[in-house]
Amino acid sequence: MSHAHDHPHDDGHRHPFQPDLEDAPFAYHQVLAQAVGDVLVAKGVFTAEDLRRQIEAIDAAEPARGARLVARAWIDGGFRERLLRDVNAAAAELGVDAGGIPIRAVANEPGVHNLIVCTLCSCYPRLLIGLPPDWYKSRAYRSRAIREPRAVLAEFGTAIPDDIEVRVHDSTADLRYMVLPLRPEGTEGWDETRLAGLVTRDSMIGVALPRVPAAA
Amino acid sequence: MSARFAPGDRVAVRRAYPPGHVRTPWFVRGRSGVVEQAMGAYANPEELAYGRPGQPPVPLYRVRFDQRALWPDYAGAPGDTAVVDLYEHWLEPSEETR
Repeated sequence: MSHAHDHPHDDGHRHPFQPDLEDAPFAYHQVLAQAVGDVLVAKGVFTAEDLRRQIEAIDAAEPARGARLVARAWIDGGFRERLLRDVNAAAAELGVDAGGIPIRAVANEPGVHNLIVCTLCSCYPRLLIGLPPDWYKSRAYRSRAIREPRAVLAEFGTAIPDDIEVRVHDSTADLRYMVLPLRPEGTEGWDETRLAGLVTRDSMIGVALPRVPAAA
Repeated sequence: MSARFAPGDRVAVRRAYPPGHVRTPWFVRGRSGVVEQAMGAYANPEELAYGRPGQPPVPLYRVRFDQRALWPDYAGAPGDTAVVDLYEHWLEPSEETR
């Protein structure tokens, strides 16, 4: 029996095993999704390769797409207005496909900090900021972000002064949301690519602020 | 279906508890807030959930609530708010003032 380390095992000591994916029983909807996929492939509606490719494309969506929109809005006032009016159309201007579900951008202001949650499930603008982090889908985040947003923000290391309104957006219906953060100070003259590097996924959910440029 | 409410209108969320796939969170039912924005009309999700067409489309609004109106013991700052997406059939005019 091979083993990566060499401490004695004759004292009855055992490591707990990390469960494998298959150790939990398959839930109803996992079985259903698998079965529907198998049937569609068997009937020739699409191939297994098409299915794999689509999963890969969804997994490949990353926060960099949203960051580009934010950076462009920071340097181009006209684009900012169009983004706040219609995110999907503004994204298309940059050749970014934001999908068919309407996305609304909510802008942070000096007196307002925005935070996004979906209290009912896990609605999220995947095509712009990638797959949601596990915590975004957790019951703890979904219930606490609306009930005690400042405590949640503090746990993410984000302190918002009391004279700034914390505005929580509950994405319960047909819209998806992203936060347009405030442009950090000390970035005058930066180009779009450099600015986009400051825009993180968490800053577009609102649990954090953009990165601060390193002091020169 | 034209929108019954306009931005700035004070509205109350119906205090109703129907079964089914309802997109109105419990914590806003019976509470009043202010229409921030009318977002156009969408197929009724309470119908779509049962495979029905959800027609006619129902106007959707973004309604802003004072956090202290939602949670009497809210521990954040007094000016904090929540904005919730709500369909028109869940809203009634409200005379209540802030």
